[in-house]
Amino acid sequence: MDFETGDLVEIKNKKGIFRGIVMPRHAFSGEDIIILKLDNGYNIGIKVDDETKIKIISKGLSKKTERKSKINENGIPVSVLGTGGTIASYIDYSTGAVKPAVSQEELLLAIPEIEENYRIKSRTIFSILSENMKVKNWKVIAEEAFKDLDDSRGIIIPHGTDTMAYTASALAFMIQNLPSPIILVGAQRSSDRPSSDAYLNLIYSLKLVETDLGEVVISMHGSTSDTFVQVHRGVRARKMHTSRRDAFRSINEKPIAIIENEVRFISSYRKRSGPPVLRTGMDEKVALLYYYPNMDPEILLDIGSRMHGIIIAGTGLGHVSNDMIPVIRDLVSRGVFVGVTSQCLYGSVNLNVYSTGREMIIAGAVPLKDMLPEVAYVKLMWVLENYPGEERDKMLQNLVGEISERRVGIEYV
Amino acid sequence: MFKAGIEIHQQLNTKKLFCSCDSDLNDRVLGEFTRVLRPVQSELGEYDAAALMESMKRRTFVYQVTENSCLVEMDEEPPHDVNMEALEVAVLVSLMFNCRIVDEVHFMRKIVIDGSNTTGFQRTALIGMDGYIDTKFGRISIRSVCLEEEAARKIDEKEGIAVYRLDRLGIPLIEVTTGPDLKSPQEVKMAAQILGYALRSTKKVRRGLGSIRQDLNISTDGERVEVKGVSRLNLLEKIALYEMERQEMLSSLAEEIKRRNPDLEHIEILDVTDIFRETKSKLIRNGLQKGHRVLGIRVPGFSGLLKSDRYRFGKELAEVVKVIGIPGIFHSDELPNYGIGENEVRLLREKFSTGDNDAFIIIVAEENKGKEALLYVIQRIRKAINGVNPETRGPRDDGTTEFLRPLPGSERMYPETDVPPIRITEEMIERLKGMIPKSYEEAIRDISERYGISMQQAQQILDENREDDFSFFYSIYPDGNVIFRVLFNIIPEIEGEGLDVSSIDSGVLEKIFSALAEGRIVKEAIPYILRDFIANGRIQFDEFKPMDEDELQAIIESVVDENIGDLKSRNVEGALMGILMEKLRGRADGEMVNSILRRVLERRGVSK
Ligand SMILES: [Zn+2]
Repeated sequence: MDFETGDLVEIKNKKGIFRGIVMPRHAFSGEDIIILKLDNGYNIGIKVDDETKIKIISKGLSKKTERKSKINENGIPVSVLGTGGTIASYIDYSTGAVKPAVSQEELLLAIPEIEENYRIKSRTIFSILSENMKVKNWKVIAEEAFKDLDDSRGIIIPHGTDTMAYTASALAFMIQNLPSPIILVGAQRSSDRPSSDAYLNLIYSLKLVETDLGEVVISMHGSTSDTFVQVHRGVRARKMHTSRRDAFRSINEKPIAIIENEVRFISSYRKRSGPPVLRTGMDEKVALLYYYPNMDPEILLDIGSRMHGIIIAGTGLGHVSNDMIPVIRDLVSRGVFVGVTSQCLYGSVNLNVYSTGREMIIAGAVPLKDMLPEVAYVKLMWVLENYPGEERDKMLQNLVGEISERRVGIEYV
Repeated sequence: MFKAGIEIHQQLNTKKLFCSCDSDLNDRVLGEFTRVLRPVQSELGEYDAAALMESMKRRTFVYQVTENSCLVEMDEEPPHDVNMEALEVAVLVSLMFNCRIVDEVHFMRKIVIDGSNTTGFQRTALIGMDGYIDTKFGRISIRSVCLEEEAARKIDEKEGIAVYRLDRLGIPLIEVTTGPDLKSPQEVKMAAQILGYALRSTKKVRRGLGSIRQDLNISTDGERVEVKGVSRLNLLEKIALYEMERQEMLSSLAEEIKRRNPDLEHIEILDVTDIFRETKSKLIRNGLQKGHRVLGIRVPGFSGLLKSDRYRFGKELAEVVKVIGIPGIFHSDELPNYGIGENEVRLLREKFSTGDNDAFIIIVAEENKGKEALLYVIQRIRKAINGVNPETRGPRDDGTTEFLRPLPGSERMYPETDVPPIRITEEMIERLKGMIPKSYEEAIRDISERYGISMQQAQQILDENREDDFSFFYSIYPDGNVIFRVLFNIIPEIEGEGLDVSSIDSGVLEKIFSALAEGRIVKEAIPYILRDFIANGRIQFDEFKPMDEDELQAIIESVVDENIGDLKSRNVEGALMGILMEKLRGRADGEMVNSILRRVLERRGVSK
């Protein structure tokens, strides 16, 4: 059968004749099913077997619409670097498939408010779902962002939300002394939906380029309502919900700012500075290990032996079981950096309180204060490559806001 | 020629379609949140006309979270797997209507951005197609049976803000769409009854006001008009009738416009605010105080078409601006009026340079909004020459309708990628075939035979959805005619007296029918017992205990004595029966009273 997606066909089977446009297969569709879009707009699945006859009525036309963006020469210059993710996914209406990306240009074009006020320079660096991000991708983003830092009042990076906080952390360490903010923006509902959070997140995030902020931040819905956006320091942000719009939270710290029509800073932040420094080197031989009761110490030994550094997300104040301690001692003695963070996320680790903790310290583990496990993981890769021999000092030093010395008694969820 | 089809939307009483919340209405509001919706572009980079018009209202939506709503209804969590119980009802209904059933179900997103869906779309899937149902007045084709999710319930609409409650959002709905086979408003009503019964016969439907709604598709001159969301069956016929009249008016209007042949290409929007600086019109004064402008247009050749005995096109135009949030228009066929004086009308005529055949229209609004509104008005005026405009209308309580939005195009549908396709297996279809309930006609015959009542009575029981009550009461007191009289005559009569019968529930009736079965009362006592219950909030039978024969005999004798001299009527017996039954207040069986009376009269030599 030589029909293709998009063709108008007539399928004749036991149930009669069905006429419609052939749609792309769904991953979960039956092997023997053809999906047709009927005249009334509905898609239905039709079973085909040896007796089924399929007649092509007309071949599909590939519709390609070119839309040129209007460039506002007087607008504030902003760079948009597309990376993919929900915020950039779009339905292909002729075929009905969800495509990971149109050009960023097209996405932004849908928002007149943006066209009016900004001179957008946009390019798609790559289009990948954020779970597929690798260290090499972080490097490319950092290099591309670095190129545009001087000419733009801000860099907007639409990004999938799953690993957005990792990328933000990587960028925060890789590019320092920022003359312009680097703003990662995501969406929990794709921009082809009327209820998408992408619009508010984008429109409000752009307001940051008019401020003196000079940090890597994540800018996302602050509540389930379409009313305000929270600006989180990249190295303090964490995706705390699988699906809600307000999935991102600042941990152990207030957000930097709230944007509701206007930007309102609510805690201290780094101002624009410069010249920017780019160091993208990363030692990828680092692992992040989530401790659980009854963990076999062999696992730590096995993984640790193949790494230059390991971050343990321990229980409570940062603990692991007693039988892990000899392995820590062994790894440290072989030059492996063992950093300790907490699964609690909120609060600081402290290995002085209980005997297990004290034993861990004696064995050579380094308690990493209130740094988030994922941030510690990214930071350790960067520190191992850029500060050989100074790992301990640098890991304990607050470089870009990833560690705080005091935590105030505000609500923590 | 009148042609109509209906769409029936019936809520199911299963759990919700894409989550495990209960399908109930729930007034316990736990919190609120606020959203906006944006129109999304179609494949051609164009916005759907209906969606665009909706977005012009620039509304904010407030959603009330209830106990029976979760993150799915909030659009904060992807839909769960489809509710298979609801899906099977849809397949069953498709089988009942002889439809071809799809092999694999694919849910779609139908764009709806009036806020009634938090997602901005309604999830809907086609289950069956190309079916039919045979009726007394011929075969009605069934175009499709769809399974979809119910919209949120609108609670309030104030300036720029619509408030919706999430309790109703996500309740499974079966949508049955007929072909345009109904040839009169009466057939519309009958078809709704028959289809409504078929859906109820699955025993999986919700009850109560709003649990079933009809949309009407009516055409008289080719163009289709959809009237959305009629929840009362009795209104259906009236709406069809009025809509037929409206469409006939628009068709003859089109003929008249063709005859007059005005130039409608060059209509200019003018600002006439200055004329109203000193106006007595309160509405305009209030507007000007808010900084609004008075804007208007000349409509060439439309004099008498906006409002006269034959034409009411002004009303159509008023509805168009109302949709984008402007209360209405003023036009030359109705002015001077509403505080707008003769002098102002004269100045307007000058300003618009209207000739004898021309009309003018003005509106009071914020400048940009007003211009947008007038552009819609001009567009609508230009379309008038085509007769009926394809559009979606909403029902009013009096059976008339109002413009809601242009008819949506089919490009508003795209796949719901969050819901995996569902296979309909041969096994499922065979199993469900065994569960097909009786047809409407069969069911009427059945009820009539089972309870010993007429076909007409049986039909009334079906149409008013009282089968379950009826069968329950019959199990207590097996006399179909008495039960029918109580449910369909006595209670409505008491209601007709102005009493509130809402407290008469099946518990109350159960007690009464039990007393009847035990012989503690006779059927004649029922109206008295019910009135006593409404007045005093208690059910008591002692006061209505049947009299023994001696006591009855004595009363009858005395009544005959008292009245016989005064009665000149030819039917002395009938007259005496009336007096007696009144006096006895249900404490005796009518037949018994009659037979005693007859004996008494015979003894006294009074013949019939
Ligand atoms: Zn729910």
